[in-house]
Amino acid sequence: MIGTGGAYGKLYGGPVVRDLLAVYTTIVRAVPELVLILLLYYAGTDLINQALTAMGYQRIDVSGLAAGIAVLGFVQGAYSTEVIRGAILAIPQGQIEAARAYGMSPSLMLRRITLPAMLPFAIPGLANLWLIATKDTALLAVVGFYELALATRQAAGVTKAYFTFFFAAGVLYLLLSLFSNLIIGRVEARSRRGMPSLKEAR
Amino acid sequence: MTATSAVSGMMVQGAAPALKHTAQDGAAEAIHVENLHKRFGELHVLKGVSLSARDGEVIAIIGGSGSGKSTLLRCINCLENPTSGIIRVNGEEIKLRADSHGHTVPADRKQIERIRSKLGMVFQNFNLWSHMTLIENVIEVPVHVLGVKRDVAISEAEKLLARVGLAEKRDVYPAYLSGGQQQRAAIARALAINPRVMLFDEPTSALDPELVGEVLKVIGDLAREGRTMVLVTHEMKFAREVATHVVYLYNGLVEEEGPPEQIFGAPKSERLKQFIRNIG
Repeated sequence: MIGTGGAYGKLYGGPVVRDLLAVYTTIVRAVPELVLILLLYYAGTDLINQALTAMGYQRIDVSGLAAGIAVLGFVQGAYSTEVIRGAILAIPQGQIEAARAYGMSPSLMLRRITLPAMLPFAIPGLANLWLIATKDTALLAVVGFYELALATRQAAGVTKAYFTFFFAAGVLYLLLSLFSNLIIGRVEARSRRGMPSLKEAR
Repeated sequence: MTATSAVSGMMVQGAAPALKHTAQDGAAEAIHVENLHKRFGELHVLKGVSLSARDGEVIAIIGGSGSGKSTLLRCINCLENPTSGIIRVNGEEIKLRADSHGHTVPADRKQIERIRSKLGMVFQNFNLWSHMTLIENVIEVPVHVLGVKRDVAISEAEKLLARVGLAEKRDVYPAYLSGGQQQRAAIARALAINPRVMLFDEPTSALDPELVGEVLKVIGDLAREGRTMVLVTHEMKFAREVATHVVYLYNGLVEEEGPPEQIFGAPKSERLKQFIRNIG
């Protein structure tokens, strides 16, 4: 979602929007994710709480899960902005032009033409990002979010059965990736409808 | 291959014979372009072109490469925004305004979308939507822009595809079709909006020579049934057969215009004479 909005902003937005997005994608992609997670989690919750107390509300405890999802979403948004921007640029311009020539409004064009047409070009990149994200959850351990890698380390530490637990964790990551690949494969096949495959073209 | 009803030499201004479909003098003006200028940066492509198409007329725009003929056509539905000038479609003037960079842009998005949905554009490169089958391409605009009910649109679209000889290809994606088939489907897509005017931007220029005929036949049939059309083309023989009025553009200006018999039979301008010699 962030990626689509970001890509649109970068391609069609005014100069201010474009500059803001350039700052966003540059900074987020330049700073190590671990640092970003720490920064956004501690500084972010602090900011929210300051804003809340300033408005006269009570401080809240941001849960590790919510914060983790928000932070990863924020980071992934920056990367996917670029993936989707590239995919939109890969759409044959004539198809966009035809949509304009027939009086489609920008939102209709996005929904009916641009998104479905860019999807086949975006999916390989987005699939990479998704697989990286599933493993990035391990980084959330630093903000106290209890995820697979942290649980494994603790379990292994207590029982001393390092190999068993890390092997099990590895298998779980692998299963998650394989399952993701299955879904992605289906989505990709569906999005490539109407495009002759390389095999057929040969 | 194409028109048989057009009889050359019959067309004399003011005395329109019934053989070729021509606009009556009283017919409403579907498209009116006045003193149109278009600049791309330093490049001055259109230098004050005027054009008029009344209901039932077939206007052919001819001219050499870079003469501005495609740009002129694309200005009519604001795919290119004119730098200055007046464009009226159906008597409604397109409102233009200057944006912050000094470019002219449509002032009213809703107006330009409404006007575009009455103009059926056919492109040189077909520009069918590749993620949709032919029938989906044809119903897309009626259903999502014009608000036609899906089942009504589908039965209309089936008739149109049958008309251009593609009934059995309704569920095929464009990438699996020949250029001629794709262009005929694109014409069906344009017809599906029941356009007030059809705009053809060099519809046969991207086709293999043996596929040109099938597309010209479809366009010729439309011309003969009285569709209002503006046609940018390199097919001089075809322009002569179907056009009611020919406009020769040279270097961003109308060099000469008139009925096809005059333009092709007795050109006045030296440049037009040379152009016809080179093409023929």
